[in-house]
Amino acid sequence: MSSETKQILTTDGIPLEVSLKKAEKKNKIKAFLLVAPLLLFLVITYIFPIGDMFMRSVDDRMVTNMLPKTFKAMEKWENLEELPPEEVYRGFYEDYKVLVEKQEHGKLGQRLNKEKNGFNTITKRLFRQIKRNKIDESISIKDQINKIHKRWRNIEFWLAIKRTAPPYTMAKYLKGMDMYVASDGSIAQVDEDRRIHRILWLRTLEIAFFVTLFSFFMGYPIAHLLATLPMKYSNLLMICVLLPFWTSLLVRTASWMILLQQQGVVNDFFVMIGLVGDDNRPEMMYNKVGTYVAMTQILLPFMVLPLYSVMKTISPSLMRAGKSLGGTPFVAFWKVYFPLTIPGIGAGCLLVFILAIGYYITPALVGGASGTLISNQIAFHMKTTLDWSFASAMGLMLLTGVLVIYWIYNKLVGVDNIKLG
Amino acid sequence: MSKNPEFVKFDKVDKSYDGKVLVVKDLQLDIAEGEFITMLGPSGSGKTTCLMMLAGFETPTHGEILLDGNIISNIPPHKRGIGMVFQNYALFPHMTVYENLAFPLRVRKVEKDEIDKKVDKALSMVSLSGFETRMPAQLSGGQQQRVAVARALVFDPAVVLMDEPLGALDKNLRESMQYEIKHIHESIGVTVVYVTHDQSEALTMSNRIAVFNDGKVQQLSNPAELYEKPVNSFVAEFIGENNTFNGEVVDIDKDKCKVKLANSEILANPISVKSKGEKTTVSLRPERALINPTDKMDNMFTGNIEEVIYHGDHTRVRLNLLGSSEFILKVPNSTSNLELKVSQDINIGWNSVDARALDPK
Repeated sequence: MSSETKQILTTDGIPLEVSLKKAEKKNKIKAFLLVAPLLLFLVITYIFPIGDMFMRSVDDRMVTNMLPKTFKAMEKWENLEELPPEEVYRGFYEDYKVLVEKQEHGKLGQRLNKEKNGFNTITKRLFRQIKRNKIDESISIKDQINKIHKRWRNIEFWLAIKRTAPPYTMAKYLKGMDMYVASDGSIAQVDEDRRIHRILWLRTLEIAFFVTLFSFFMGYPIAHLLATLPMKYSNLLMICVLLPFWTSLLVRTASWMILLQQQGVVNDFFVMIGLVGDDNRPEMMYNKVGTYVAMTQILLPFMVLPLYSVMKTISPSLMRAGKSLGGTPFVAFWKVYFPLTIPGIGAGCLLVFILAIGYYITPALVGGASGTLISNQIAFHMKTTLDWSFASAMGLMLLTGVLVIYWIYNKLVGVDNIKLG
Repeated sequence: MSKNPEFVKFDKVDKSYDGKVLVVKDLQLDIAEGEFITMLGPSGSGKTTCLMMLAGFETPTHGEILLDGNIISNIPPHKRGIGMVFQNYALFPHMTVYENLAFPLRVRKVEKDEIDKKVDKALSMVSLSGFETRMPAQLSGGQQQRVAVARALVFDPAVVLMDEPLGALDKNLRESMQYEIKHIHESIGVTVVYVTHDQSEALTMSNRIAVFNDGKVQQLSNPAELYEKPVNSFVAEFIGENNTFNGEVVDIDKDKCKVKLANSEILANPISVKSKGEKTTVSLRPERALINPTDKMDNMFTGNIEEVIYHGDHTRVRLNLLGSSEFILKVPNSTSNLELKVSQDINIGWNSVDARALDPK
């Protein structure tokens, strides 16, 4: 046979491929128009906000825009061992004067203070000098500023200003990992007693992992029952699984608070059956126990439903075949049934883990201090400190983490093996 | 080794699922070693339940099942050593053909070399050598079926159960698989208990057929006897085609009886009628009635053709005969065939020995 592929023509002499494309074109346009609203919706509500979040998290143009002359002059500051030359001082003075007129000098002081502690004081001193018109522009500005406060003679402070020059910064990401750019430009760890974020990351992972594990061990038998019971019982059980799903998250969390508190229903029951003494009621809330219990219950349906949908498709005759061929019930389960449920396990675990890693309300309400997770920290920065760029940076780190987990999962199990229903 | 005629024994077995209705009633059935026995019956007749009790997936409500003289009612399925072919094959979809076949051997802790040898042998038996690494989903229905058969046989079980294994195949494939399974049975001599609702399948393959209806074995005999000599009108109706006449016995002696129909009388072979005055259903196979018989026959009547249907190898003729318009004739197609036309009158004759007077319907 010849290896040449002959172009197939239609009866009218048009190449078949062209003809096919033409015939399909209309359908393709129709199909696209059908999904176009969704695509637009996704772009507006998902891709655009994530892009905005990213921009916010690395944006550091505030100082760049406030001190244009300073940074221009700093290009000529070559010997970084010595204080910057007169031009830098003059540029900074002129920039600062403009800010004073616009009444934006306070913002600069705060921003620089974050970069180097003590800046607020010395910029305020400079502000007062300018207000009183004490600076003589005809003589050296450098000498006059250096006299205002000894910190102006400290090269560290000038280096700090220089560090804020680039319009973009990774500082927020470093902060999220308890690291910072030291004055010499290297990346350093913050002091041990101030490393809060790393603990939160680890705790978030730990809680997400255990919640996934508990959900799996509780959800697997439930899903199996659901898939094998006769219809009338399985429907009832399905409602029991879904009922919490239909209840508001807050209501569910609040009911766990009622159940788990020290004077709560569970503790009352323990006391009643004599498991614990009345004066010795265990703390089941405002700690990890509460978080685990409430989150597992709330996320359980996300484990049960994918498992159920996979188990439903497994023919009961497979287990019977396994047994009739000589496998003990355990062997038949482990070698035949279990491997077939892996797509459901993968889907369920991934769902629960990803939901758990970003969980917020439940750990905040029942978790207490030790229940604070990374998402609580994000919310804290959104609402309390108003450091949106830091909140954005941590949000993106969380998203990256989820993507990494997804990638690892894909390597281990294969995303094609996921079955959500 | 002499064959044990009671290799598998159902002893007074009853089965009920809900405590109200008996699905299997007082089943008494002996299966000989090396026999191919088919449980045939309409759906809901209890045949699959019997198979499941033998396999160990259902427990008898009453009575015992014995395998080679041992009561097995309390032995769990995996210790019974009975191979089973399921209706939908039940191949393990996540295992290759090799792994599927090796499963029963691995759980029995057979050596690796031995497993390879046995799998090889089983696959060549069903002519699927070289398919070891395929996944079940990559096989056609017929191939999957053969893998299922090979898997049920690979660990040399004493008994193999087959639960409507050919139900999902198309007609041609089903027929060739019937012969294949029959040949495998003949060559290795394993005891096979086969369940089907397809009578031609049962007639083709079995040594003996147990016809089930309403939880009871209606007749247990070899295919020829079952077809030629049904003992009651259910079996006559269920196996093959038959023409029936409902009437009353008016005269009876040893091997002949006279049955009075609505407006005529016919001679029949008394099977389940004993005395005058009994109601009866007379059953006659369509191929036993002849058109314009040359020999003398003791039942001769004239009928009017109502419908002629061409069937390729034969022609079916529906007649109005003796007050019934449901009388069917099967005429083999040959060159000497008569020109059969609708509304033509023809003479029909049959011997009274072929007209079996059975219990009334």
